[in-house]
Amino acid sequence: MKRWLAAAVLGLSLAGMARAAIDTYQFRDDAERERYQQLTKELRCPKCQNQDIADSNAPIAADLRREIFRMLGENQSNQQIIDFMVDRYGDFVRYKPALTARTWLLWFGPGVLLAGGFVVLAVIVRRRRSPVAQGTCELSVDERERLAKLLDKEQTHD
Amino acid sequence: MKRWIMVVPLAVFLLMAVFLYKGLFLKPDELPSAMIGKPFPAFSLQSVQGDRTLTQADLQGRPALVNVWGTWCPSCKVEHPYLNQLAEQGVVIHGINYKDDNAAALKWLAEFHNPYQLDIRDEQGSLGLDLGVYGAPETFLIDAKGIIRYKHVGVVDATVWREQLAPLYQGLVDEGQP
Repeated sequence: MKRWLAAAVLGLSLAGMARAAIDTYQFRDDAERERYQQLTKELRCPKCQNQDIADSNAPIAADLRREIFRMLGENQSNQQIIDFMVDRYGDFVRYKPALTARTWLLWFGPGVLLAGGFVVLAVIVRRRRSPVAQGTCELSVDERERLAKLLDKEQTHD
Repeated sequence: MKRWIMVVPLAVFLLMAVFLYKGLFLKPDELPSAMIGKPFPAFSLQSVQGDRTLTQADLQGRPALVNVWGTWCPSCKVEHPYLNQLAEQGVVIHGINYKDDNAAALKWLAEFHNPYQLDIRDEQGSLGLDLGVYGAPETFLIDAKGIIRYKHVGVVDATVWREQLAPLYQGLVDEGQP
């Protein structure tokens, strides 16, 4: 039983590892490891375009990981490393593009759309509640008489 | 209900149609190079032949194509005969042997003819990284001062040369001749 459990735990832990490309880097501390993981998840592989470089097995992604590891070793800041990549591969490599006039819509578009949706919703709700709208729902005396007549007709018809 | 609201779905449809139509002609696998207009990155690497050390200064003086290739790259084999043809016409082409086995590269150049004036040996891919290379073949066009003017990702064939590279290359050559 114990052996089975150990095998299961090992299997599960391997399943978790299988997602990431395998490199063997020795980091100085956990903070550096965390920065490495954050950076490789934030940068996009130029070759296999819908993967981050942590996830990709393309040779270029391995090169970029090695480069990031080297730059971390040289105590470069995250911004320096990202600038290094953007200088070579363009804004494309950033999964979190910098906030510029060109990317304004990208960053705030969804929020603006959501806000617009709420405005439309508020207008509709308010209109339904307003007395004018309720008034149109009620029948006038004339209309009620006509309705009664029509219903009578229908019943006698049957 | 106000009349204009009826037009909203049509307007939304038209707007989306415009974007989707444009999307048909995008080539997302061809990244715009971040290197256009920048000087060729500094490097100091051996030649493939191993007889000399090459630097960025060696590339200056004449407009040239700089072709990134490797023996591991099938498309490079496809474009190689056309590069030979261009070299015969007098087009200056330099080669960067990118992340390759040097012996294999020498064999390739002996076998398929060498169209390159300079053969840069970038075994580690360090120059390729500085150039923003993410595959092969890639071909850069540089001017006489070593400024990168254009980049083509993929095979250079007669169509690519005629429609994209030749006019730019000719323009740079003409610039140099007063």
